[in-house]
Amino acid sequence: MIVDFLFYVFATVLVASAAMVVSARNPVHSVLFLILAFFNAAALFLIVGAEFLAMILVIVYVGAVAVLFLFVVMMLDVDFIQLRSGFQRYLPIGALVGVVLFVELLSAIGGWKLAPQAGQLRFAPIDAKVSNTEAIGRILYTDYVFLFQAAGLVLLVAMIGAIVLTLRDRKTSRHQNIRQQTERKVADTLEMVTVGLGTGTGTDFYRPKVAEVAASDEAVHGHEGHGHGGHGHGH
Amino acid sequence: MMTVGLGHYLVVSAILLVLGIFGIFLNRKNVIVILMAIELILLAVNLNFVAFSAALGDLAGQIMAMLVLTVAAAEAAIGLAIVVIYFRNRGSIQVEDVNLMKG
Repeated sequence: MIVDFLFYVFATVLVASAAMVVSARNPVHSVLFLILAFFNAAALFLIVGAEFLAMILVIVYVGAVAVLFLFVVMMLDVDFIQLRSGFQRYLPIGALVGVVLFVELLSAIGGWKLAPQAGQLRFAPIDAKVSNTEAIGRILYTDYVFLFQAAGLVLLVAMIGAIVLTLRDRKTSRHQNIRQQTERKVADTLEMVTVGLGTGTGTDFYRPKVAEVAASDEAVHGHEGHGHGGHGHGH
Repeated sequence: MMTVGLGHYLVVSAILLVLGIFGIFLNRKNVIVILMAIELILLAVNLNFVAFSAALGDLAGQIMAMLVLTVAAAEAAIGLAIVVIYFRNRGSIQVEDVNLMKG
């Protein structure tokens, strides 16, 4: 009986928070109520014995999807008051469609019963001795492996699609130019410096080309010859 | 108070579905809330799958629920990406303004 009581509590909170999701004034509140709805749905899953799905629901929905919604709602600078201007206008038609749909669904649920041989037609009967997570793992990677891989493919396509859609190529961003890099010669960045007799190591060596700014700086410090060399390279 | 069975879950899931569709009608202009309403509808589908899985003693329903979960996550990601680029281009997310393709 405690389970029945918990079911009614969680179901009530779930329905109430779902109603708040669609009717809240502020979209941030909508997202927070959506998170509450997911938590209560996870509790309903737990009551019925689907522990793994309940945890997946909390992790995937609350941890990823709802936070994604929250990010987007807070990131976009949208005038949400103006977006609600048609609220009163669409209320009657929406309520009408909702009531008609709900009555139809209730009549379908009321006049429906399981076929007598439904118990013999199970694809993967639940074994009471095996925990829910282990049972799912046993059939997910054997009987339903193609479904599992298709789900992975859906997620991959969604990830690539989201990146392709939102990637913005700014004009100021710096890209690697591989052709330029591989065609680069030593002479492009280094210059041969000939050292006079008796003034240095006695062999020629490469040194990085001195930029104009650096050359003028050195000229200020009084290294006349050095500055002149840099300047000459500029021509 | 009746003991909780399959029928109770089906009723809760029917209410969730109706609320989701009602939300799409109610928030015609706000595409973000429309996406959240779609999430509610998919949650109702999941609730149905899990309830039937428990009632029939068949784990296949929970596998299908995981697939629905995957599709819902992918749909949310793509939908929000579209919202972000649309806002970047037009400075608004009013669904009624979306007439670039003159459809």
